[in-house]
Amino acid sequence: MNNPSKNTHEPLFHIAKRNSMVWWKAWLIRGAAILVSLIVCAVIIVSLTHQNPLEVYGAMVKGSFGSNRKFWAMLQSLSILLCISLAVTPAFKMKFWNLGAEGQVLFGGLCSMVLMFMVGDRIPNILLILSMLAASILGGILWGLLPAVFKAKWGTNESLFTLMMNYMAIQLVSFAIMVWVPSGSSVMGLVNSGTRAGWLPDLFGKKYLINILIVAVLTVVMFVYLKYSKHGYEISVVGESENTARYIGIDVKKVIIRTMVLSGAICGLAGFLLVSGTNHTISKELAGGNGFTAIMVSWLAKFNPIMMVLTSLLVVFLQRGAGEIATKFNLNTSLADILTGIIIFFIIGCEFFINYKIMRTKSGKEGK
Amino acid sequence: MKKILAILMALALVLGLAACGGKTPATPDDNGGETAAAGNYSDIKIGLICLHDENSTYDNNFILALKEVRTELGLTDDQVLIKTNIGEDDSCLTTAEELVDEGCNIIFADSFGHETYMMQAAQENPDVQFCHATGTHAHNANIPNFHNAFASIYEGRFLAGVVAGMKVKEMIDNGDITADKAKIGYVGAFPYAEVKSGYTSFFLGVRYIVPEATMEVTFTNSWFDIALEREAALKLINNGCVLISQHADSEGAPKACEEKGIPNVAYNINTASIGPNTALVSSRINWAPYYKLAINAVAKGENFDADWTGTIATGSVELLEINESVAAEGTAAKVEEVKKAIEAGELQVYDITTFTVDGKTLDSYQADVIDDGTFQGDTEAVSDGYFHESEYRSAPYFDVQIDGITIL
Repeated sequence: MNNPSKNTHEPLFHIAKRNSMVWWKAWLIRGAAILVSLIVCAVIIVSLTHQNPLEVYGAMVKGSFGSNRKFWAMLQSLSILLCISLAVTPAFKMKFWNLGAEGQVLFGGLCSMVLMFMVGDRIPNILLILSMLAASILGGILWGLLPAVFKAKWGTNESLFTLMMNYMAIQLVSFAIMVWVPSGSSVMGLVNSGTRAGWLPDLFGKKYLINILIVAVLTVVMFVYLKYSKHGYEISVVGESENTARYIGIDVKKVIIRTMVLSGAICGLAGFLLVSGTNHTISKELAGGNGFTAIMVSWLAKFNPIMMVLTSLLVVFLQRGAGEIATKFNLNTSLADILTGIIIFFIIGCEFFINYKIMRTKSGKEGK
Repeated sequence: MKKILAILMALALVLGLAACGGKTPATPDDNGGETAAAGNYSDIKIGLICLHDENSTYDNNFILALKEVRTELGLTDDQVLIKTNIGEDDSCLTTAEELVDEGCNIIFADSFGHETYMMQAAQENPDVQFCHATGTHAHNANIPNFHNAFASIYEGRFLAGVVAGMKVKEMIDNGDITADKAKIGYVGAFPYAEVKSGYTSFFLGVRYIVPEATMEVTFTNSWFDIALEREAALKLINNGCVLISQHADSEGAPKACEEKGIPNVAYNINTASIGPNTALVSSRINWAPYYKLAINAVAKGENFDADWTGTIATGSVELLEINESVAAEGTAAKVEEVKKAIEAGELQVYDITTFTVDGKTLDSYQADVIDDGTFQGDTEAVSDGYFHESEYRSAPYFDVQIDGITIL
């Protein structure tokens, strides 16, 4: 009672925020995290499947780099995921929780499909493709703009609103398919497979090259926009503190709406690339969960578009590797999902050690 | 507390490292001796593209049959590549092409929506045979290396319906329900011919035993959704259905039935293990005969059917083991009797005297056999007093809404 410090339990360690870390140290920690995650995965692989973990990792690499075709397919998946990640980035940087990328992509894709299916080869292909592009972007904007306007004007919760918009997009797509495919199978199949009307053409004989180039350019533009433009600056100020933004004379509502228009437009573009440049069909699964995965990709890269190339590569690499492992070793893809989860857990977890340091508490003598 | 945690973590790390270190030298024996493939199958390499994985009863049915054939033909593991969770989109085409790259000379795909992608892959790879189950195009697509296959599963479902009918009759005979309460429920995936043909034949099987029976059908609009299928089954049970069957691929409905003590008829797998007190029987398409037919043709370098329908006679349509502890007495004998009648052609599943459409006999029906995107009937399917299902094309085209069935 007379000496309170004696009765207070002193933890063995305590945590302190780091000021900053030299870049190479940070990368060393990340590298170590990946190594440890691979070791943990190896233990799981051996104990559950009795396979050689090195062979399993080898198969994983083959999933993306095993052949020319696999490499291009990987680049294609990468470009779509990256595109959607770029789309959600400005909104998230502004701390606008846009959980509606999935719906924005889907609705954008639906707008493309309406033209592709209903106008078909009645107009020149280039005109069709351009109008599909415009329609998708406008569709994406509409789906992103609605929650933004409601947030800016009436302070509605954007997470719930954007999630709700996802369901609306899914139902609209289901409805459209029901109308277009009266047999009830809900399968559109390849649209215009004979005429290829509305299909993005191959470039230099490469199927997805246009997709990839568009997203590559977009990545650089987004990097410059966020880092060097006035808009980009405004986004980060609003993200850090809306009050500060207001104080220095930024029109917060305008920034929110403008940024969500941009976000929605890029999602719409992704929808266009999926419909016109990739699948040539539409289904409820068009976005395939990428609208949510993109959030992780964007956060992992700390909203840096160039870093997002790496983080989306990581995700796509793990996904494709998962499929390869399942085939090669006759395993369920769930095992690969477990491995993916572990690896991502370690990569995210190691950021803790980059941002904080754990220090041994000096045996409580100094008191407080 | 935290000290203990720290010690535990350190221990875990050490153990983890030790476990890994210990395993590495043990790898060489993992390679296994590669046994030479038997006879003329040495050049065969088979790919299978599945929409879902083993957790889906439908996909598992394809996977198990292919593994069975692999063993039977003495193929090595490397000769069979199975790709699961492949969507009905460009990934199907890419996967098919990757399988071609890996040297597959025959590739199967199991989902309706894979078809147009398989057709494209077939056109781009004329030396590889592409076989698509449940598809509608091959019979008139004129792509020599593109094939469709299905089975006259409506006959199997009719037999399963007979098993269900015997159970319902037992309930009536025992006084559990009155004949006017003989309502059964059906959980369907999508409202198109494959599913409609399925529930109609099942219903006609039930009515073969209990003429007063009625049926309610509800759709989940998904091929695999455990929660939705469970909900759908519970909804039907709440509506007073005394027996449930389903044509959707998860275990949602049979599990719900086991919980509620409602007899269930399944499709593609034996569900006795998840429903020991309620699972009655399952009808199943056995894909092994088709796999063997196609693989043998490729091995010999011969052509094979563009569109193939398996039957009870080819071993493609099966009724799996009847769960005697649930089924009514005398079921097996009755099933055997009906099966013989079907095989002999004495009994037609879609006999137009056994059902009506809007109160009238269906004496003529233009079925949409040619899938040209118009969704218009083009082939007269009713003749000789019955609807000729899976005759003009392997994939079902019976999509008539008959009396006694209510769509929810």
